Amino acid sequence: MNTIEIHKLQGSLRLRLIELYHKANAGHIGCSLSCIDLMIGSLIQHKKPEDSFILSKGHAAAALYVCLNFTGEISDEELQSFYKNGTKLPAHPSAGHFKGIPFALGSLGHGLPIACGIAKAGKIQKSNALSYVLMSDGETNEGTTWEAAHFAVQNKLDNLLVLIDKNGLQAFGNTKDILGDTASGELMSAIGFEVLTVNGHNLEEIANGIENLKSSKNGKPKMVIGNTIKGKGISYMENKMEWHYLPMTEELYAKAKKELKSTYFA
Amino acid sequence: MRKAFTSSIEKLAADDRILFVTGDLGYNAFENLRDIMKDRFINAGVAEQNMIGVAAGLAHKGYKVFCYSIAPFTTYRCLEQIRIDVCFHQLPVFIIGNGGGYGYGIMGATHHAISDIACMSSLPDLTSYVPAFIEDVALSITEMVKNGKPAYLRLGQGKNNPSVQKDMECINPVFVSPEAEVTLIALGPSINNAIDAIEASGLKNKINLFSAVKIPFDNFEGAFLKSIQKTKKLLVIEEHVSRGGIGEFIALNCLSIGLELDKFRSLCAAGYPDKQYGDQNFHQVQSGLDKDSILQLICDWLKR
Repeated sequence: MNTIEIHKLQGSLRLRLIELYHKANAGHIGCSLSCIDLMIGSLIQHKKPEDSFILSKGHAAAALYVCLNFTGEISDEELQSFYKNGTKLPAHPSAGHFKGIPFALGSLGHGLPIACGIAKAGKIQKSNALSYVLMSDGETNEGTTWEAAHFAVQNKLDNLLVLIDKNGLQAFGNTKDILGDTASGELMSAIGFEVLTVNGHNLEEIANGIENLKSSKNGKPKMVIGNTIKGKGISYMENKMEWHYLPMTEELYAKAKKELKSTYFA
Repeated sequence: MRKAFTSSIEKLAADDRILFVTGDLGYNAFENLRDIMKDRFINAGVAEQNMIGVAAGLAHKGYKVFCYSIAPFTTYRCLEQIRIDVCFHQLPVFIIGNGGGYGYGIMGATHHAISDIACMSSLPDLTSYVPAFIEDVALSITEMVKNGKPAYLRLGQGKNNPSVQKDMECINPVFVSPEAEVTLIALGPSINNAIDAIEASGLKNKINLFSAVKIPFDNFEGAFLKSIQKTKKLLVIEEHVSRGGIGEFIALNCLSIGLELDKFRSLCAAGYPDKQYGDQNFHQVQSGLDKDSILQLICDWLKR
């Protein structure tokens, strides 16, 4: 995909995503918009069939669903069942139906240990597969982050690639005001990760970051910290904590669509 | 039982689909296993929640994974990881809890697991194994590996009484007599105090004794049910709190089929009634789970 096509993909997946949330009259829009570009860069652009991808911040499930819809794994019809009774696509991913959703995730702090296990299995099997996991910055408050990070370093899991959606907001405030910056690159580097910080909405930077880290076989687990904006692409949502929760009114939905079209398709 | 466990695992160690993960425990027990298994023996450190998540990831890639620590640390500490990462996906992760019940004695309450079965048996599609006799350990492990489903193995202090079964039925007859007037059932190693009490009572022919070694029960309606239907007197013995233990489960089953008993008594772990601590036997005495308390009760019931 060239730069223009990628830009349009960022727009079209956002439009699908807000359509889903609008039909469901549901929240978690802001945190899905903040990580969707990291997901495009990893899951859509880089992931090979033998690789695994774990969405640890399960509350951004809709972003995962529209990406898997784009890759052909989730049908349009299935996608329309989002949030409805009897769906295979609830607000947080539930396992058992799609190869691209191997684990139920939504309780924070579970994805990194699982991704470490997958990476460790790869090491034992001498496989070249990569284990991707996408986390939120708030999620790194969870103690398992620190258990797993040390495990990854000690076991030299350079086939583990952690993506951090660092939007600086968590469920009830700014991350800096709650436990501080637990998703700090300095902390992770000090533990032994190889860390690159990128603009988490710039696909070229994300792609370069992933490529650089993938090719570095130095025994260090990898981390891409994406500086992101909660609600990215919709002005009234950007950097607003409440868009973790709120659904859109008709009027706000129309405004969101208009803005996305003008930003990504102009 | 840990020796029996180690020896069973060492026999499996050649199978390259088996992994062993420990939460930094195994001094003077797993050194040989570590040497045999090499990179398939993983010390995940003092980090049990991560240990279970890692095990789920390993199992997802085709391995059968044992996770070992002291019973409270592989159950309560990482209950959510077991519930979500392992059970929701029905992965072959085998949780091993050493020293279940009051097994760690004077180490204190932090190291006891007297409500582990309640926690674990409430999880979806997880089978708990509580070996009563030494030989049950190998039987349990063989079945866990063969089934390849989430499982919990509570290792306790087993004596060298011979095992009564050749495979892991949930409930197994230990003594059965045509003249029996009372039915006893004991969870796992609690059976040993029951056997000692029965032998001391001289009333063996008046008692049907059953051993419960696997939960949930799938053979409740066998010889055990026939025995309680006949004797109408049931004594349940378990080193576990009454809430969520086998006594509660059996009572529910009896009520569900309209079976009324003349006598029902659940001997269970009392916790720490006087906030005093001691060895496993001390806590058994406090809870009425020791040989003498069981003997007294048997004699009362049989009016001897």
